[in-house]
Amino acid sequence: MLSLYGRQLASRLLLGTAQYPSPAILAEAVRASKAEVVTVSLRREMAGGNTGGQFWSLIEQLGVAVLPNTAGCHSVKEAVTTAHMARELFSTNWIKLEVIGNHDTLQPDVFGLVEAARILSGDGFAVFPYTTDDLVVAERLLEAGCQVLMPWCAPIGSAKGPLNIDALRTLRGHFPDVPLVVDAGLGRPSHAATVMELGFDAVLLNTAVAKASDPVAMASAFGKAVEAGHEAFLAGMLEPRDMAVPSTPLIGKAVFS
Amino acid sequence: MKALVKGAGVAGLTAAYELASRGAAVTVVDPRTDMVRAASWFAGGMLAPDCERESAEPLIQELGLGAADWWDAALPGHVVRAGTLVVAPARDTAELARFAARTTGFRTLGEEEIAEFEPDLAGRFRLALHFVREAHLDPRAALTALRGRLETMGVLFVEGEAGSRFDLTLDCTGMARAASDPNLRGVRGEMLILRAPDVTLSRPVRLLHPRFPLYVVPRADHCFMVGATMIESESGRPVTARSMMELLNAAYSVHPAFGEAEIVEAGVGVRPAYPDNLPRVTQSGATISINGLYRHGFLLAPAMAQRAAQMAFSISKTRELAHEAHR
Repeated sequence: MLSLYGRQLASRLLLGTAQYPSPAILAEAVRASKAEVVTVSLRREMAGGNTGGQFWSLIEQLGVAVLPNTAGCHSVKEAVTTAHMARELFSTNWIKLEVIGNHDTLQPDVFGLVEAARILSGDGFAVFPYTTDDLVVAERLLEAGCQVLMPWCAPIGSAKGPLNIDALRTLRGHFPDVPLVVDAGLGRPSHAATVMELGFDAVLLNTAVAKASDPVAMASAFGKAVEAGHEAFLAGMLEPRDMAVPSTPLIGKAVFS
Repeated sequence: MKALVKGAGVAGLTAAYELASRGAAVTVVDPRTDMVRAASWFAGGMLAPDCERESAEPLIQELGLGAADWWDAALPGHVVRAGTLVVAPARDTAELARFAARTTGFRTLGEEEIAEFEPDLAGRFRLALHFVREAHLDPRAALTALRGRLETMGVLFVEGEAGSRFDLTLDCTGMARAASDPNLRGVRGEMLILRAPDVTLSRPVRLLHPRFPLYVVPRADHCFMVGATMIESESGRPVTARSMMELLNAAYSVHPAFGEAEIVEAGVGVRPAYPDNLPRVTQSGATISINGLYRHGFLLAPAMAQRAAQMAFSISKTRELAHEAHR
């Protein structure tokens, strides 16, 4: 079982809730993926106070854990304020912390991220930081109080899949006991399987499912790929080698007669 | 048959037209003294069933195919049939491929053809998709004209109470119905109207962007409607700075001369939608309801109005028969 801040989860896939053709399709996709955690963006829906009402009650009806996020926040202050609003609204101390450094690429501002993570951890939040694959930043986040790390594998929404396998391996190697969730950049189920085969604990994705022609089928495909990748990691995979090796002994085969 | 239509937005007016055309005596009641609070007042007015297929279910396309003809017949001269142009900034051409893979009814245009169709866009985009059979209209002009047309057809418009001597009620109150229909939710949309004397466009231009897909619809006097955001919120508060920035950026990416445009208006509408984002015509006793037109008001209202009118007349027929049987 995957354990995130003490919560046991059978599914290793976390789903975002934005950009689906409709809330009904979102609900079906969540069911098809078997995800037990969905992340919900708070910032924009807050426009005008508590008015995202109907959408939120649809999310609540999904019966899964809600991981509110601070998407769209560009400063420490904004992110901290949003996190506090989220805690009140969703009655959870979980927060997916995003501090965006570049409006265009949505690259995390890792300096602001560490600062906000420290403040929020001190305030009693369970912080899920959306970060890059940088090892030193990861160390600082842990030191700031995070017990889960969520590195990207490619820029958000880019659908490129893991761009820097070595950096991901390095993270896994350095933090064998910290839950590592790949967040952002996955485009297809094989990407998800790849990072799970590297030993990552879970993946979080949104666009790859929401913008697929058939989001429900894609959600199911990702669910299976995540499971397959994790099972393969546990099963122990062969290392590639330069020479062909026959799988049956050659001696005694008819080919030598 | 005497019918009461509640709501004078696009759903109410099209329904009134369908009922009156079939010979019903129609009264339209709307608590608003004007139409400027109806979501349809802030619509883009694109009759774009093929483009909408990118994110909507096939049903939306089917229901919307007849919309341009309906508006053309009801209000001759209002519909412009010039298609839709879909473009993407150079670095987002992957979005264009994605859009093309999910839609039909377009021709791919190269640079020269883009310049032929929209001379002001010459040299700005390498590739575009031209959705040939799509059309657009000016929603405000259309709503105003439709109301005028209905008045000449004998439809009565009243504010406040309309009395109770009606055979049938058509509830077209949009978001106002959310109080009694828990399935209905609001999706906030923000839009701008810009006046840009240096820009001429003949058809709506959709600019694809992974996060902010927006469109620019030409209207009279070098005015352009730029829209529209999609936010899961029922808030009708003024446009946020962030949304305005996104809308202006989109316009600026379509043509830099929008940088010199006057901002004529910044509007906000809340669209009524059901969880599947599909429209519904429902009946309960002597009340028929049209709702959930979401972002497809002008596209879907004609088909919904036709359905509702058919339903209304079959109800009234059943009642007459029942009445006669009792005599």
